Amino acid sequence: MTDATANPVQPDGRKHGSLLQQDARIKRRNASEARFKFYGILAVATGLFFLVALLWAIISNGTGAFSQTYLTVQVELLESKLDKKGNRDIADIKKVSTFGYTPLIQDALLKEVQDRGIETEFAKKKDMKALISASAAAQVRDHVIANPDLIGQTVEFRVLASSRVDGYLKDRVSRESVARDKNISPAHLDLTDALVEAGVIKKIFNLDFILGSDASDTRPEAAGMGVSMLGSLFMMLVVLGLSLPIGVAASIYLEEFAPQNRWTDLIEVNISNLAAVPSIVFGILGLAVFIQFAHLPQSAPLVGGLVLTLMTLPTIIIATRASLKAVPPSIRDAALGVGASKMQSVFHHVLPLAAPGILTGTIIGLAQALGETAPLLLIGMVGFIASNYPEGVLDGFVAPNSAMPAQIYEWAKRADPAFYERAWGGIIILLVFLITMNIIAIILRRRFERRW
Amino acid sequence: MNDMRIVERKVDANEVKISARTCQVYYGDTHAIKDVDVDIQDKTVTAFIGPSGCGKSTFLRCLNRMNDTIDICRVEGDIHLDGEDIYDPKVDPVQLRAKVGMVFQKPNPFPKSIYDNIAYGPRIHGLAKTKADLDEIVEKSLRRGAIWDEVKDRLHAPGTGLSGGQQQRLCIARAIATEPEVLLMDEPCSALDPIATAQVEELIDELRARYSVVIVTHSMQQAARVSQKTAFFHLGNLVEFGETGQIFTNPQDPRTESYITGRIG
Amino acid sequence: MPVLWIVLIVLTLGGVGFVIGRMRAMASADGDPRHLHSLPNYYGTHVFLAVTVPSMLLLVMWLLVQPLVINSQVSSLIPQEAVSEGSSLGLMMADVRRVADGLDTAVAAGAMTSEEASQIRTEFTDIRERLGAVGVALGSDVRPEVLKAAQRYRELSGRYGLIMAVVIIGIALAGMAFAWSRSHAEFRARNVVESAIKSLLILASSIAILTTVGIVLSLIFNTIEFFKLYPAANFFFEPTWLPSFGGGTDSDGNPLSKLGILPLLWGTLYISVIALLVAVPIGLFAAIYLSEYAGPATRAFAKPMIEVLAGIPTIVYGLFALLTVGPLLVDVFGAGGLLNVSWMQGGTAVMTAGLVMGIMLIPFVSSLSDDIINAVPQAMRDGSLGLGATKSETIKQVVLPAALPGIVGAILLAASRAIGETMIVVLGAGAAARLSMNPFDAMTTVTAKIVSQLTGDADFASPEALVAFALGMTLFLVTLGLNIFALYIVRKYREQYE
Repeated sequence: MTDATANPVQPDGRKHGSLLQQDARIKRRNASEARFKFYGILAVATGLFFLVALLWAIISNGTGAFSQTYLTVQVELLESKLDKKGNRDIADIKKVSTFGYTPLIQDALLKEVQDRGIETEFAKKKDMKALISASAAAQVRDHVIANPDLIGQTVEFRVLASSRVDGYLKDRVSRESVARDKNISPAHLDLTDALVEAGVIKKIFNLDFILGSDASDTRPEAAGMGVSMLGSLFMMLVVLGLSLPIGVAASIYLEEFAPQNRWTDLIEVNISNLAAVPSIVFGILGLAVFIQFAHLPQSAPLVGGLVLTLMTLPTIIIATRASLKAVPPSIRDAALGVGASKMQSVFHHVLPLAAPGILTGTIIGLAQALGETAPLLLIGMVGFIASNYPEGVLDGFVAPNSAMPAQIYEWAKRADPAFYERAWGGIIILLVFLITMNIIAIILRRRFERRW
Repeated sequence: MNDMRIVERKVDANEVKISARTCQVYYGDTHAIKDVDVDIQDKTVTAFIGPSGCGKSTFLRCLNRMNDTIDICRVEGDIHLDGEDIYDPKVDPVQLRAKVGMVFQKPNPFPKSIYDNIAYGPRIHGLAKTKADLDEIVEKSLRRGAIWDEVKDRLHAPGTGLSGGQQQRLCIARAIATEPEVLLMDEPCSALDPIATAQVEELIDELRARYSVVIVTHSMQQAARVSQKTAFFHLGNLVEFGETGQIFTNPQDPRTESYITGRIG
Repeated sequence: MPVLWIVLIVLTLGGVGFVIGRMRAMASADGDPRHLHSLPNYYGTHVFLAVTVPSMLLLVMWLLVQPLVINSQVSSLIPQEAVSEGSSLGLMMADVRRVADGLDTAVAAGAMTSEEASQIRTEFTDIRERLGAVGVALGSDVRPEVLKAAQRYRELSGRYGLIMAVVIIGIALAGMAFAWSRSHAEFRARNVVESAIKSLLILASSIAILTTVGIVLSLIFNTIEFFKLYPAANFFFEPTWLPSFGGGTDSDGNPLSKLGILPLLWGTLYISVIALLVAVPIGLFAAIYLSEYAGPATRAFAKPMIEVLAGIPTIVYGLFALLTVGPLLVDVFGAGGLLNVSWMQGGTAVMTAGLVMGIMLIPFVSSLSDDIINAVPQAMRDGSLGLGATKSETIKQVVLPAALPGIVGAILLAASRAIGETMIVVLGAGAAARLSMNPFDAMTTVTAKIVSQLTGDADFASPEALVAFALGMTLFLVTLGLNIFALYIVRKYREQYE
């Protein structure tokens, strides 16, 4: 090798050295090879690290939303406060607002504290306010209006603790962090510790977060995903109902019938471009066409569904065409050979054989649509409190609602960090849906995949 | 093409370049090469013939460890090059391949210029100190590849723009440029037309003066035309190995005879 | 919902048509389907399609055209001089519609009789208060001409609604009668039905074109509207983005808001570049490793795992940027942080959004590059390895140069993704538009401003809201250009090795 480099153009060919000895150049080249390979491993590891970091952030921040702190108190439903006339007239009972109930709950908690002999500097019922959620009074009031006979009795209620207490039990709030908080003082946290020991304050599974509705800025402890989940459901119904038939019809035409001409080319170019148009542009389209021009109701899942349909169509068309293409021509020839029309051969033979692939593509398209946020911002599915369940199926399509990702965005934008936990928790719910849909798609693919 | 002329040449005088003993190759669970013993001599053209799937290409790829790039492939037994075991863990396949060059079935010029195609090997192996050295290597290799006259005016045109036969000669020139000691050719003419085939065959005959050439071929006529030694493979076994003339005129094994007379294949 | 009723009626008629069409055909063949030209159901389907398809198409067109017709008729009621300072006809018409909708709501809620709704006058009643009582909030007092126009608007939409119902049901019935009369044994029902279905298939495939047309039209019209109110030169060349809170114009009639796109483009570009600096090396090296080095087991595990990153919704990345990466970066680069520098003021910054967007793009780059690297023929690799090149030399000098056009295409597609990405920048990049070099400053992007200008309370007819359409147009054109160019490169590249 050395003599070869000295005189590379030997007439009689180069004599190589022994294979068992590596010269400096080979060592250098192998080092560079190892370095290159290491970069590759590093890149893969970095990608996997990011995935783990993301999942870790979601799980460590979000699991808290699935448990919630409650207070168990014996509330004395004083007749003198709740039904002054004493005739149990429901109209009169309804006149008492939540302000009438708040002192009763505070009283009940204070009594609980005193009965158990917990030492505390607090002796007034107003001091209990910091521990109790603002939605507790509404909960008690609703219960009383539903059961007016309870007035005058002492009833056990399990009410929401305030978000600060909840945060304290979940290590989000500490004595240092409440020092500047005007809603709660460190002494309240001491009291909380004592009440936890006494079993008055308990952290339990939070079904309301999954099924409940959103709550106002001041009550993060009461906010839930239920209503926005319904909003997403109605949107997905629209997307499925429109994009599947339109997508399949378009693919059948393009794959089976379309002649090779300019018009077909134009459609194809359009489809591949639409697949890459930023989602926000579809939001602008929805705003301008469906809301400004067609005057469809703002914030309605119907409009959201229409926009997401247009976004999902390219995905479904691309998947459907691939699975139509995978059906071998011999099947078509066989059908045509027994005298079926082209249309019959497609609908009777090709389409059923391509159905699993179409279904898989549709589910994946739906999963994408379910997680899409940006276009929903423009058609007004954020910025309000999605607190009402739709009144019926028709209402579900047109009544203003949020959607899961929009609800998460809404919580992320709110000032109180207690909402962040809700946002992460919402992400867990959203991801559970997405993972389920993808697993179904994978199972379908595995189960029905056909090799021709 | 039915030219069965057998050239008698005295080749036993040449030293043994590669020797394989009890060589086995497995693809996963498939035993692809069984117990092959063969000696390949320097400055000789050795042809591997046999029906498709008989393992001749697989065995050829063992000789410069190209099989390493296939995950499920496993090689056992000894293959020695100049007395050194090429499957020794200390052997770097990269160094081995610099010594044992290879030309493939389909011409595979890189999507670079003709010049860069030839200069690729010398560059990675550091064979040229200056631009002038490199120019000299390129010219010499193209001349030895018998393609210099056709491309000397367009050295910087892409190699992929040549005709199939020119591309294959370019690939041979590219393999020569690294100054190998052995040149493996895996059906180098199967993708070429008869005229290009004749040119490549002529080139192979010239290369014999400097290198030990091993050629896998489908065509018995080709083996007869270019080789001095012939090995007949069948179902992973080396059935017969000897002087080309003897194999074609007086085969010892009935399977060889059947193949040559066209009864199996 | 009268439209829903019309649809239901037409569908019912279609069902009836199916039955009677099939019956008539069977009757004409004396009850023996073998004497029919086509299968009996084709005759039924023929009538069903004749009932539903023309009437439904007409319904859709009617619904599209009716608001335009009503608008032009009503807007002629508003005298030129009534269009007040700083307002426009479009703005007035928005008021008209809002009042008309309010009257509808009031009638529906029973707060007003329909008689009253069409008769009341601003002179005698405070419309704003009465509508406010049923939950319709109006921004300002209702002017007499607006109210009159609104009443006319209601009158017209009521009248046209009625005409529409009659016409559409009439067409459906006519279709039924026509198709029914043709349903006899010799009629080639299958051929007619099949060509009708084929037309429907063509219609479905044209939706893609309609969508593009819809996008382009909605952007163009509103952009033109914007440039009427705001000079285009200022939009493109002014280096400041400072929308004034209430909109309005100064004494010279110039808008108070400064709506220059340059800072937004700068922010978009800066974030995209950082994202690509993260995603391209990692994605490319991951693709190289997985396709050239990794064993089947590693590949089967790592490839889908990395692709999981692509399936995660962008809102998740946005939250990750806002709540995890941002604070983490502040801990390192902020005041009193690990590095003891104070480059970073808050969690939202170009770097935050860029990093997270880079993570999002890794699988995008890696799976595209993987496809492209795998498309390089194995013969190329063999050729290089056979000459004694190492794997990395083969990759660097043969595979990558051969794959280069495809990889460039993939990077351009990734860039187009980065430019159009919204949620990560809305949550992670901040809201301040500025032209700064510091990657730890908060900046904002075109997409983030589209969201903020269209989700605020600004009137849709004000330049502050309309600018979003001009931004959208810019975004659409830039990404479209990148996409077309990239797809062209990738397609050319694929053809080369097919």
